Amino acid sequence: MADDRRRRPALAAGLSLPAAAAIGLGFLLPVLWLARMSFNPSDPDGALREGWTLHHYAELLTDSFYGELALGSLQMSAVSTLGALLVGYPIALFLFRLESRWKTLLVLLAICPLLVSGVVRAYGWIVILGDAGWINSMLRGAGLIDRPIRLVNNHIGVAIGLTESLLPYMTLSLLAGLGRLDRGLEEAARTLGASPLRTFLRVTLPLSLPAVVLGCTICFMLAISAFVTPRLLGGGRVFLLATEIYEQALLTLNWPLAAALAVAILAMFTLVLVASGRLQRRVAE
Amino acid sequence: MKKIGPIAVRAGVTLLYAFVLAPIVLVIAISFSGDNFIAFPPQSWGLRWYRALLAHEGFAGGFRVSLTLASIVVALDLLIGVPAAYAIARLRFPGRDALLAFLTAPLLLPTIVLGLAILLVFYPLKLAATYPGLVAAHMVVTLPFVVRIVATALSTLPGDIEDAAATLGASPATVFRRITLPLMLPGVIAAAALAFILSFDEVVISLFVVGPRLSTLPVELFRYVEGRTDPMVAALSTVLILATASAVLVVERSVGVMRALGR
Repeated sequence: MADDRRRRPALAAGLSLPAAAAIGLGFLLPVLWLARMSFNPSDPDGALREGWTLHHYAELLTDSFYGELALGSLQMSAVSTLGALLVGYPIALFLFRLESRWKTLLVLLAICPLLVSGVVRAYGWIVILGDAGWINSMLRGAGLIDRPIRLVNNHIGVAIGLTESLLPYMTLSLLAGLGRLDRGLEEAARTLGASPLRTFLRVTLPLSLPAVVLGCTICFMLAISAFVTPRLLGGGRVFLLATEIYEQALLTLNWPLAAALAVAILAMFTLVLVASGRLQRRVAE
Repeated sequence: MKKIGPIAVRAGVTLLYAFVLAPIVLVIAISFSGDNFIAFPPQSWGLRWYRALLAHEGFAGGFRVSLTLASIVVALDLLIGVPAAYAIARLRFPGRDALLAFLTAPLLLPTIVLGLAILLVFYPLKLAATYPGLVAAHMVVTLPFVVRIVATALSTLPGDIEDAAATLGASPATVFRRITLPLMLPGVIAAAALAFILSFDEVVISLFVVGPRLSTLPVELFRYVEGRTDPMVAALSTVLILATASAVLVVERSVGVMRALGR
């Protein structure tokens, strides 16, 4: 098949040049410029000044505010990734085992939040979790509480919203991984007398671990850089790395600091990828 | 004992699905609220927020901008993305894999970083808060999908028919026009629909490049939710969900959603 392809380097270059130029100018140049900008000194008036300084990186490493910010981001990402795993695993396993003509529809339903704007879904959670929201009015109706419990504009709301926004990605990753699992192994274990629980713990779960690692990696990275959900459900009271980038870039107008924060997020990405690669290898053994 | 298992499983899975779908279902439900603020269940029901929506200047303006923007973005994406995808899938040249990796690289970066990076370059170039700037910014995150989907669609098509046509004397241009183009059309439609949805829904990058006089619908929506919260957002969201659902139907009819998402 590969040999049927026409060897036309000049034509190929001509055809792909416009697209390459668009990505070069709209992506590569800005990212390089962002890295350069993080070394510029910042001006109290917000004016742009050229120069070379490590001031912002030193600030990120020594100022305890940014340490807490990074820690908060990591914690929030870990909690929501775990939440997505706990909800997504049963769904994926159910869909994997399902033999029904509704299967396609149920898969679509599980991933359809992917197609709905994050802003809309955050608003949906405000309707559910808000002071006059569904949960609070149910609890009040049942006489369990007198005053509404705060479920949004704090870490609880952000964790719930993030978990839900990660779920489709988790379900898709797990479903793809489970697809490679040989169902004959499960049947063999059952035939040999293993209980369903034992079959799950000794056969299904270990075999699905690579998919779990992959799904968790994707979700963790998405969570660390998530902005819309933390901003809207945190109500400006939950401070994370991504919300701080927005704050510094568009409200405080300290672009070099915002750029340094962005570089910090990319550094975390790299660390997560390296850790996940190691974990992936250990799981595979 | 045998019966309890499946029933418990069903109940559990239903509960998990409820968690997945709850925000969307409740947004649609509360859009028919007649109250002044968000309370669920509402005190009264009605269509007043749909009427208010039609009269809202910001949303109407944002809708026009987003529609124009997404249309231009899709047209340019196809114009430059389809030839690149064709080259990647059908031609042999050194650096083919590297080219595909480069063209899809923007998908690896979080939008909050990409948005900031684009602002930092576009602002001094006076591209911020302009149509060219918004179009360029949106192309960065939609072009990779167009290239990937069309290239995947092309590479799964057998090259035999094209070879047969060429052997029978058709010129390369004729082969492309009469054979390749019709074969790849479903992939192109899927790519266009997805690029349209992505551009129309894009919010994070847009937040960095919009201005007071040029703002997109998702940005207006974001700011509205950030500030006040009344059921008007729900009415708008319901309209958007219906619009997305119909766009998805277009994709599903032509290639299937799962394949379009590249998984």
